[in-house]
Amino acid sequence: MNRTKGDEEEYWNSSKFKAFTFDDEDDELSQLKESKRAVNSLRDFVDDDDDDDLERVSWSGEPVGSISWSIKETASNSGSTHEGREQLKSRNSFSSSYAQLPKPTSTYSLSSFFRGRTRPGSFQSLSDALSDTPAKTYAPELGRPKGEYKDYSNDWSPSDTVRRLRKGKVCSLERFRSLQDKLQLLEEAVSMHDGNVITAVLIFLKRTLCKEILFRELEVRQVALRHLIHFLKEIGDQKLLLDLFRFLDRTEELALSHYREHLNIQDPEKRKEFLKTCIGLPFSAEDSAHIQDHYTLLERQIIIEANDRHLESAGQTEIFRKHPRKASILNMPLVTTLFYSCFYHYTEAEGTFSSPINLKKTFKIPDKQYVLTALAARAKLRAWHDVDALFTTKNWLGYTKKRAPIGFHRVVEILHKNSAPVQILQEYVNLVEDVDTKLNLATKFKCHDVVIDTCRDLKDRQQLLAYRSKVDKGSAEEEKIDALLSSPQIRWKN
Amino acid sequence: MFTLKGNRLPAADVKNIIFFVRPRLELMDIIAENVLSEDRRGPVRDFHILFVPRRSLLCEQRLKDLGVLGSFIHREEYSLDLIPFDGDLLSMESEGAFKECYLEGDQTSLYHAAKGLMTLQALYGTIPQIFGKGECARQVANMMIRMKREFTGSQNSIFPVFDNLLLLDRNVDLLTPLATQLTYEGLIDEIYGIQNSYAKLPPEKFAPKKQGDGEAKKLQLNSAEELYAEIRDKNFNAVGSVLSKKAKVISAAFEERHNAKTVGEIKQFVSQLPHMQAARGSLANHTSIAELIKDVTTSEDFFDKLTVEQEFMSGIDTDKVNNYIEDCIAQKHPLIKVLRLVCLQSVCNSGLKQKVLDYYKREILQTYGYEHILTLYNLEKAGLLKPQTGGRNNYPTIRKTLRLWMDDVNEQNPTDISYVYSGYAPLSVRLAQLLSRPGWRSIEEVLRILPGPHFEERQPLPTGLQKKRQPGENRVTLIFFLGGVTFAEIAALRFLSQLEDGGTEYVIATTKLMNGSSWIEALMEKPF
Repeated sequence: MNRTKGDEEEYWNSSKFKAFTFDDEDDELSQLKESKRAVNSLRDFVDDDDDDDLERVSWSGEPVGSISWSIKETASNSGSTHEGREQLKSRNSFSSSYAQLPKPTSTYSLSSFFRGRTRPGSFQSLSDALSDTPAKTYAPELGRPKGEYKDYSNDWSPSDTVRRLRKGKVCSLERFRSLQDKLQLLEEAVSMHDGNVITAVLIFLKRTLCKEILFRELEVRQVALRHLIHFLKEIGDQKLLLDLFRFLDRTEELALSHYREHLNIQDPEKRKEFLKTCIGLPFSAEDSAHIQDHYTLLERQIIIEANDRHLESAGQTEIFRKHPRKASILNMPLVTTLFYSCFYHYTEAEGTFSSPINLKKTFKIPDKQYVLTALAARAKLRAWHDVDALFTTKNWLGYTKKRAPIGFHRVVEILHKNSAPVQILQEYVNLVEDVDTKLNLATKFKCHDVVIDTCRDLKDRQQLLAYRSKVDKGSAEEEKIDALLSSPQIRWKN
Repeated sequence: MFTLKGNRLPAADVKNIIFFVRPRLELMDIIAENVLSEDRRGPVRDFHILFVPRRSLLCEQRLKDLGVLGSFIHREEYSLDLIPFDGDLLSMESEGAFKECYLEGDQTSLYHAAKGLMTLQALYGTIPQIFGKGECARQVANMMIRMKREFTGSQNSIFPVFDNLLLLDRNVDLLTPLATQLTYEGLIDEIYGIQNSYAKLPPEKFAPKKQGDGEAKKLQLNSAEELYAEIRDKNFNAVGSVLSKKAKVISAAFEERHNAKTVGEIKQFVSQLPHMQAARGSLANHTSIAELIKDVTTSEDFFDKLTVEQEFMSGIDTDKVNNYIEDCIAQKHPLIKVLRLVCLQSVCNSGLKQKVLDYYKREILQTYGYEHILTLYNLEKAGLLKPQTGGRNNYPTIRKTLRLWMDDVNEQNPTDISYVYSGYAPLSVRLAQLLSRPGWRSIEEVLRILPGPHFEERQPLPTGLQKKRQPGENRVTLIFFLGGVTFAEIAALRFLSQLEDGGTEYVIATTKLMNGSSWIEALMEKPF
């Protein structure tokens, strides 16, 4: 019964079941090169029974995989090993979905028979080491074409069932009725390390066990438990997940899992209500405070947003006319909200929700952060008087002095970023305490007077001389430098 | 081949359509969209789906829920576990592996790693010795041994290529990926990102191919390119001199045309032109890239950041709030940058003092949003940003015993792996180095401080296959990073491989090629 390649192709291409090939398998047996073997071995998704060395009996009663059986098979199809090659090719050219069809070359024997060809005498090929590359894995519920039910039996042990599942055979788990059976099934699945099998079993258990028992049993089975958690997260069964955490007394995870949901709620009101339900959950002490703040912040933002949108559309408020808002304040972080408030509502009294002072008090914003943010906002608006006021304090004697909870170098940087005029910059550069930093900044931002004065204070003639070339010719600064350089009263260091 | 995208499938005159995907639920949604938007009026097309590397029950269930499962004629899997990226580099490219293994305790990626290793052994011979450090390493080794046992009777008669396998958990060395890499390839990855050997670069410095070509320049980067192979693993500061030398060589080569007098000589010159032109093109590209990188590395902020990193890694001031980090938060620098730095500080301090940690957390939440509580929780769970327990800082001991901080680094002609971070020797690579010689017995104490068990297994080889190395012949070690590896670590291992008296050559495998930013990003909670 010689079949040519053409016949094979025609047969398969005309059949209802479509085939697909990735590769011309011709080279597989002729080339001994490692790489080629690698590529082809890796593609052995069609091979699904290499590792099954257990009792597998064919329809004729002979143990599958046995030499006699395989010889019988090939003999019935081709009669010679040369044909076997063709078989191999044709075998590889149809998908294993239909491997169970009793029709022509069954895969059972061929795979073990032929792959061993490259190393004579060995019926168990190197591909065996590839372990299970099952062509497919099934879940009981997903259903498969009728043909695959052919070798279905009602009587497999848990370990067999699990093995079948791994290979993707249809398997009903319904017959595992007793709790003991179910647990044994689970145990077998876990020991196999195969995620899909464990998931399949868990789906079954979830459906057929009541919550309490399921939880109780999984509590002591860490691997299965982790799988269940992962699975519940994947399919989004939030309710069961939270119940599970509650049962396990994993309080922090319970709280965070619940909180995480808020990311999916777009509507601000609904999100706010949801956040409210998060308060009081068993977070750590620090986190509880943050959650509370999150709720309060969103609550405020909703009010501010509504109010400001109204003001903006009314068109009467100057600040909104001059600087129309680019985005809504909803769901912005706290510091951004503070900036917004310092920008649009700076002068408001403490009583309003949108006033900066109110925000500062409610959220206990430290001075440092407050000053920085207010500075950035006022500098952006070029409100230099406000900037001044931020740093001016009256001490008890009534004298004013400039102080900052942040280094003045930071102030200078922010002012510069907002294109503050040189006089303002100069004033603040002068307040920088560290002399080197002061000089650096002054040079960087071209605050000539500060540079000159500092050089004078440091008695550094060389630096002053070097700086002279940086000022404009004939400018007041140049004159000042010259005056200093020629002054007899200064005892220059260099 | 088309990239998977929503809505309708691109028009093509084909009968079969195969979806070739990783088993991720979001991709199932896209596929369903594709299938459902099929034009009824057109010819009926057949759908198939191939999952890489394994089918997933959940994915098929999702397809069923979306009503398209029945449309697929074949649902198969393509078990591509390890993908070769270069002659000495393999990766599973599993982004979720670190999070799954270390945060969720899900061992699926480890299973795939074990399978990948079994495939490798089938091709290159059973690996006689397995060393490992870490819980996951232990699991993988167990799986390998079990898988081997399941095929008793099948003796692999291939002469072993590998002498050793070293399995390393990423969480044995959480420090290295957090630091900014300083090799040429490392910096390209840090700044622009290298995906599947491709980098997308801003077009400004490249000669435009066509008019108005404002799109990003996409370049393929692998060792097939001679020049790249030469400079990729060098410290960035050593790249400039290589490029200028190369420029001289290439110029000289082109000048040769003046010396070609006879027809024969001209013919010879012309035959070499393509190679010279390719070399010149390659040089032009890398000169542009080096310029782009230099713009970043000479910036003030880069310098400040590097200074802080190096301070932490050498153990300076790791126990108080850091000014530079504070400034970064205040100026709202990208969150990932901030997280890398605070995590680096935490790891170099064996956890932060509660007050310091609370302070950073509050600043971060107030500046970037409260929802980042979830990310911070993940970072804590991963051991990256956590409170100090027991009041002890183990890092100095580890640092000193393993000589992780080397003050005198030679970036041009390195003598030690610490050149890849200009002073810091990657902990993971140091462990590999010491395993090779003198062996891990010499660092028992430090190994006990590092998380997870360390172990050694032997896999018996049939007699006749036992390897007898000639004196002077290098051993080959396959080192498998479970949870990700950086290009800098790869460079360090290549450096060890080419050492005169190193004794060992390395082949590197991993679950994912990554850098600190992609790593942290994978740990951030996003809305689903």
